[in-house]
Amino acid sequence: MLYREAGDFKTSYVADNQTFPLKLDRIGFWVTMAVAWLVIPFVINDYWASSLLVPFLIYAIAAIGLNILTGYCGQVSLGTGGFMAVGAYACYKLMTSFPDVNIMIHIVLAGGITAVVGAAFGLPSLRIKGFYLAVATLAAQFFLVWLFNKVSWFYNYSASGQISAPERLVAGVAVTGPSTPAWAQYLICLFFVTVCAIIARNLTRGTIGRSWMAIRDMDIAAEIIGVNPLKAKLTAFAVSSFFVGIAGALFFAVYLGAVEVGEAFGIQKSFLVLFMIIIGGLGSIFGSFAGAAFLVLLPVALKWLGVDVMGWPTDLVAHFQLVIVGALIMFFLIKEPHGLAQLWRLTKEKLRLWPFPH
Amino acid sequence: MSADFLYGIEVIINGLMAGVLYALVALGFVLIYKASGIFNYAQGVMALFSALTLAGIMSGQVPFAHLINAIFGTDIHYFGWNVPVLAAIILTLIVMVIFAWGVQRFVFRHLVGQEPIILFMATIGLAYFLEGVGDLMWGSDIKTLAVGLPQGGSLWVEEATAGLGGDDFFGFFIDKLDMVATVVAIILVAGLIAFSQYTKQGRAMRAVADDHQAALSVGISLNFIWILVWSLAGLVALVAGIMWGAKSGVQFSLSLIALKALPVLMLGGFTSIPGAIVGGLIIGVGEKLFEYLIGAPYLGGATENWFAYVLALLFLVFRPQGLFGERIIERV
Repeated sequence: MLYREAGDFKTSYVADNQTFPLKLDRIGFWVTMAVAWLVIPFVINDYWASSLLVPFLIYAIAAIGLNILTGYCGQVSLGTGGFMAVGAYACYKLMTSFPDVNIMIHIVLAGGITAVVGAAFGLPSLRIKGFYLAVATLAAQFFLVWLFNKVSWFYNYSASGQISAPERLVAGVAVTGPSTPAWAQYLICLFFVTVCAIIARNLTRGTIGRSWMAIRDMDIAAEIIGVNPLKAKLTAFAVSSFFVGIAGALFFAVYLGAVEVGEAFGIQKSFLVLFMIIIGGLGSIFGSFAGAAFLVLLPVALKWLGVDVMGWPTDLVAHFQLVIVGALIMFFLIKEPHGLAQLWRLTKEKLRLWPFPH
Repeated sequence: MSADFLYGIEVIINGLMAGVLYALVALGFVLIYKASGIFNYAQGVMALFSALTLAGIMSGQVPFAHLINAIFGTDIHYFGWNVPVLAAIILTLIVMVIFAWGVQRFVFRHLVGQEPIILFMATIGLAYFLEGVGDLMWGSDIKTLAVGLPQGGSLWVEEATAGLGGDDFFGFFIDKLDMVATVVAIILVAGLIAFSQYTKQGRAMRAVADDHQAALSVGISLNFIWILVWSLAGLVALVAGIMWGAKSGVQFSLSLIALKALPVLMLGGFTSIPGAIVGGLIIGVGEKLFEYLIGAPYLGGATENWFAYVLALLFLVFRPQGLFGERIIERV
């Protein structure tokens, strides 16, 4: 009844092209933004920040990045963990080499460096496709992790082989280091998520996004109608790695504070982000958020249910978590290969017709 | 002959042996891929699961003991008997066949006709599921697999070859287990080839691999063939699981050999059984030689983690379909 186009008159092309064509969607978007920016920072505490909100925001950036590559351009990548490591180590080297420069600039630069590395590892995608490419990105994953483990220049010759983030301030408030308040962690992540989501949304509906989708749907046909596959694939790798690099930098500097590369950015992380976009929905920005929220929330919820409510031992709950995640992935692929985003789309379609069925 | 040269040969021989084990895992992939077009990421976890099951049955563990104890507050762990090796292997095979049926019935039957990449992701989900079930059934502690395979270096080979070099050469060090694995792998491959060439079901399997619709139209049950193929992959997984489990204990890292098998497949091509074997040998020898000649002296070691992937990557840039794969022809 309320949720429909009728009565929402568009009088300019700009208005016609907006992301949320329905008024209720627009209101929903601005309410979400207002809550995220104006309410949550005042009520957030350490537990909520460190176990839910901050990882959710960071994984959302990584998922958007991978979704651009896999969901929009159709190039499956299993190297996300490795590229996150590049972002983290680039950020660390920049932070320690240029301590006076603002950390925000370092994080963006770390994304830029990751974009270059990502484009380099994307080069084989011009020759190889599908599974072969997925396996080729594993080369990036294992090689990069090995590199950061073996070359001590990357971790400033520290004895433990770990990197740990020194304290850096933004506008007089610590955002990295052990004394960071929860709301500052949250706000810096929220800032990057907002910017990344807006950039990603506008890239994917413009020329470049359309060329990615053409390559995804059928690369040979796309080439024949004049899409340059070299440009499309490499930009997809670069843009995707840029986001993933930012996610890696935030994951290290803001969220964990100290990381050991094999543990934090191993192959498991690549799969985790891949699952997020499968469950959330391939080729959808909203899906990246939904998938990240789902897979961040699931372990916390299961742990709460298993350990606190049922009183089971932690390792048993951890095993259950594997079973449930695996079963859910198969379930989603069977029932709804387009993920949570598609469920949301169907709900919206139904809402438009409500209360009349046809 | 100089000792350095002989050590080089030893590295190559050990690389060949390791390659056989990689090939064993890769074989399971090829079987399923050829018959159903599913790239089965869960092959490594199947090896882990079958080895866990074998170890669990042999030591008389109660399945799901952990879970039962948590729900009912009991404290049971073992039945208190030991099952002989051969019986345990047969029981494990039965479990793998049931698993194959379940996978076919509940997952892939519903995914027929989906894009390959969706099927691939479903097998990643399957891998997680199976890993969780394995842990729930048998617990996640490291188990030793004592199926009576010989362990340690072979003294006989060492003594027989000691005379080749000078005073500072003591003969080739070759693990007995690797030698057994090689023999078993040869028997397994010969058996599989014989099965697919000379039996009715094997011929049906090849027909399905060739063309699903044509196979259907001459009355071959796709459902049955797919269960058969998953069971065969389970058998190969069991053999690989026994070999790797006897080598390094049955633990989670066993499932990571699936990742090692991927570059083998890329080299050999996804559709070729000889390709899997040759690819495995190339990767095995390549990574051992690279580590010995370049990795350990100049790059700080542990290059075995990534060398196989980079080798496969470089190789693919020049020959995208692998060594023995079918030529890829694409049309709009």
